[in-house]
Amino acid sequence: MSKVDDTKHVAADGQEKVPTASETGGPIILFFMIGLALSLVVGWVIFPKLLYSQKKQPIDFNHVQHMELVDDGCESCHFFRDDGSFSGAPTLAQCIDCHEEVQSDTENEIRFVEEYVQKNREVPWLVYSKQPQCVYFSHVAHVKMGNMDCVTCHGHIGESTELPVYEQNRISLYSRNIWGKNIGGFKKNTWDRMKMDDCAECHVKEGVRQASVQTGKGGCFVCHK
Amino acid sequence: MKIDRRSFLALSVGGTVGTALTPLPWKIQDDLAIWTQMWPWTPDPLDGENTFTHTVSTLCRGGCGVTVRKVGDRVVKIEGREDYPTNQGGVCNLCASGMQMLYGPTRIPHPIKRVGDRGAGQWARISWEEALSMVAEQLGEIRQAGQPETVACLSSRKYGSVAELLKRFLTAYGSPNFMVTPSMMDAYDMTLKRMHGVDGRMGFDLENADYVLSFGSGLIEGWGNTAYMIHTNSVWKERKATVKQIEPRLSNTAAKSDQWIPVTPGTEAILALGIAYVIIKESLYDYDFVNNFSTGFEEFRSAVLSGYSPGNVAKQTGVDQSTIVTLAREFARARRPMALCGRGQGTVPGGLGESVAVHALNALVGNINRPGGVWAMPRPAVDGWAAPALDASAQAGLAKPRLDGAGSAAFPFAEQLFNRVPEALATGSPYPLKALFVYEANPLFSTPGAAKVREAFDQIPFIVSFASHMDETAMAADLILPNHAHLERWEDVPDTSGFHQPMIGLVQPVVEPIRDTMHTGDALLRLAAALGGTMAASMPWENYKACLQEGLASRWSQLEADGFWIDNRYRPDTWSLAFPTPSGKFDFGVAGSDLKALFAPAQPEGDDGSYNLKLIPYDSVRIPNGPVGSPPFLVKIVSDTVLKGNDLFVEVNPETAKAAGFVEGDHAVLKTPLGSATVRVHLSDGLMPGLVAIPRGLGHTAFDGYLAEKGINANDLIGSVEDAASGLDAAWGILASLVKA
Repeated sequence: MSKVDDTKHVAADGQEKVPTASETGGPIILFFMIGLALSLVVGWVIFPKLLYSQKKQPIDFNHVQHMELVDDGCESCHFFRDDGSFSGAPTLAQCIDCHEEVQSDTENEIRFVEEYVQKNREVPWLVYSKQPQCVYFSHVAHVKMGNMDCVTCHGHIGESTELPVYEQNRISLYSRNIWGKNIGGFKKNTWDRMKMDDCAECHVKEGVRQASVQTGKGGCFVCHK
Repeated sequence: MKIDRRSFLALSVGGTVGTALTPLPWKIQDDLAIWTQMWPWTPDPLDGENTFTHTVSTLCRGGCGVTVRKVGDRVVKIEGREDYPTNQGGVCNLCASGMQMLYGPTRIPHPIKRVGDRGAGQWARISWEEALSMVAEQLGEIRQAGQPETVACLSSRKYGSVAELLKRFLTAYGSPNFMVTPSMMDAYDMTLKRMHGVDGRMGFDLENADYVLSFGSGLIEGWGNTAYMIHTNSVWKERKATVKQIEPRLSNTAAKSDQWIPVTPGTEAILALGIAYVIIKESLYDYDFVNNFSTGFEEFRSAVLSGYSPGNVAKQTGVDQSTIVTLAREFARARRPMALCGRGQGTVPGGLGESVAVHALNALVGNINRPGGVWAMPRPAVDGWAAPALDASAQAGLAKPRLDGAGSAAFPFAEQLFNRVPEALATGSPYPLKALFVYEANPLFSTPGAAKVREAFDQIPFIVSFASHMDETAMAADLILPNHAHLERWEDVPDTSGFHQPMIGLVQPVVEPIRDTMHTGDALLRLAAALGGTMAASMPWENYKACLQEGLASRWSQLEADGFWIDNRYRPDTWSLAFPTPSGKFDFGVAGSDLKALFAPAQPEGDDGSYNLKLIPYDSVRIPNGPVGSPPFLVKIVSDTVLKGNDLFVEVNPETAKAAGFVEGDHAVLKTPLGSATVRVHLSDGLMPGLVAIPRGLGHTAFDGYLAEKGINANDLIGSVEDAASGLDAAWGILASLVKA
């Protein structure tokens, strides 16, 4: 007779001892816990490391040093154009105003002048807060009309002496700063995250009109393209 | 401890529960959603400072003022210029797609010379020095041999400093053969010359007209200046002006008009004369104008009354007698009636008789040189240059007759008759051509009877093209000296689309040339310098811009400041001063012509009795049919009842289709005396029975994959018919048959 038949027979007899819950429960719970722990480690620790690639900015930039030299704070370089659009990261033309010649003997400064200024190449800055293409965002509406300061969304970047490493999401290809450093999406400060919920949170809190100025209606296309 | 299946299950359950407690699944979902917005083909608009530059778009004939938006050095949007007198913020779809003509793959990036057979597309890159010296050497040899008249030039533009410079180059060289691609303006110019005695151009005070009788003009489909005409149409609607559209096919213009009057193709002039008959018979004409300011009215009157009674006209045109009478009465009683001609976009001149018959209606009601009427306008002139210096060789060459017969005893009023060139070259009479310059024209595609033009071009040993894009004619050239694209250059664009105020627009560079190209003006100056002698002396400018500036003389400062120059106080002469004919009056008799012969309709070619239908071409505002082919944006807006994949649809009336056994979408062979092609059938109640309508502007063999081989070229199936009275191409279509494929 086969082994299977033997087992059935024994079980039917009730002569052999059937394993009790306490005897099998231990290993099952153990394996459950191992699975749980591993997945928690993967999800909270390993996944974020794999998800983001780290990129260095082409030139390191010292905000503090520049802030000491300008009169108008952030807007000295990140200014509004006459048509109300926001200039964002400075273009080479602005930098050349001061950096036509090498200003100091730091390796960074020499490289900047040689690689970009002399070759008339724009610096391919990596923009931490670049929103997806489908989002309409107007700086002038927030800064000039809403009287918000830069720090509310961008944090204390203006007080940094070097640029943070740019982390790029390997799937969405956007900066980590949009989702926020915390993989769980938890935030302590207003500038920790720049997702839609964060826009909405402030808009609700401030009682911002949620409808289109032109049509008077709300909906996706008020903020999305 | 025993590890069994349950252990693994427990592990994976634990893993699943654990994963659900991490951000991983939600974060991946979110990222994947955003990733779908990052397809490589999703347009990613440039971010940066917007700058706006005013210029004039030269892609179509309209010459509209445009405002080009750039981000950095990149053109991102072309829009109509709001304060431009003609288009007033509007722009046609071709000019709005101009970025694709600037950056697209059909640009010719540098000078090239042919190395394989003609048309085989085998080219070798050469330097500008080499290219220019090749041309100079050839021209030098021809001139040395005493045959300067055997060098000709074909331009798509008649006016403006580049056209004038080409003409001047030929004049100084000794050739009378400067030619322009034909258009309805040729017929209008000739009509103006013969009836008004004015050597100028026609202007139309369209907005102020209150009753428009259009003999097949595609008023909102590219006739004149497209954007201005669409604006004008809105003005007409606001002012409750009446538009009556006379043509065999329900075009968009007809559909938007107050009344569509289907007419047998080619009989528009007969209908105009039928209307004239009623106006004369019922004495509805303007007595003051006719009696005091015109001559030849008796001849005109007897010609009209002897053959164009409404009954007679109704039989020939298919328009009811009552409609003819109504049209005549409405037209004559309107305050500012205007009759217009030029079929579709006016790319074929039509016969002189047609233009005269239609213009006679304007004269009968006295709406000449008055508000809301047809105005005689001065020609745009580049008048700041001194006359070219001519040596003996040039004088001898210029004394020779023109190749196309324009200005000869047979066609004294014609300025250019490019339609007659193929035959002249086929027969070698009066002489063969040794070299041809082609400037922004694509005759191998856009001339009716394109195959004959191709054969004629095969007879020319040296063809130099100044094309910016690889079109059909550039493909057949021996040497290409690519011009800057339209957004990279200086140029003046006098308005010649029928606007009623003298106007010049300034094309200004919006971007630096992105290819190794040269302004044709500069290329001509360098060629003249290389040829030396009086050639160099006639073209002494350092560069084209200096030559432009000098040519425009006192208008330059305003052009530079505003981007256009306009004489908005211009008013045409009053009747007593307006007609420098021998009699000093408007001439209904058309300078002593045989009016019966003049008004005889053009007979279609190749009538051997085997054709039961008539093929007519139609123009669409979505399909450019001039020298510039459709950029990809435009190919996308052609309806799939016109073009589906590479299949072209011809329109056929359901009644005609039923008789021939066709249903919608059937494949058919369309045959004409010139050739045959496979097409598909689209049933349309908007076409008179017995006709087949084919769109013009498709069936390119050159340009890129977005355009080449799409549909068939109407000009391969429809030829040109020479008008005996004027030499102009009078073809309205051709006989055809449509049989199952």
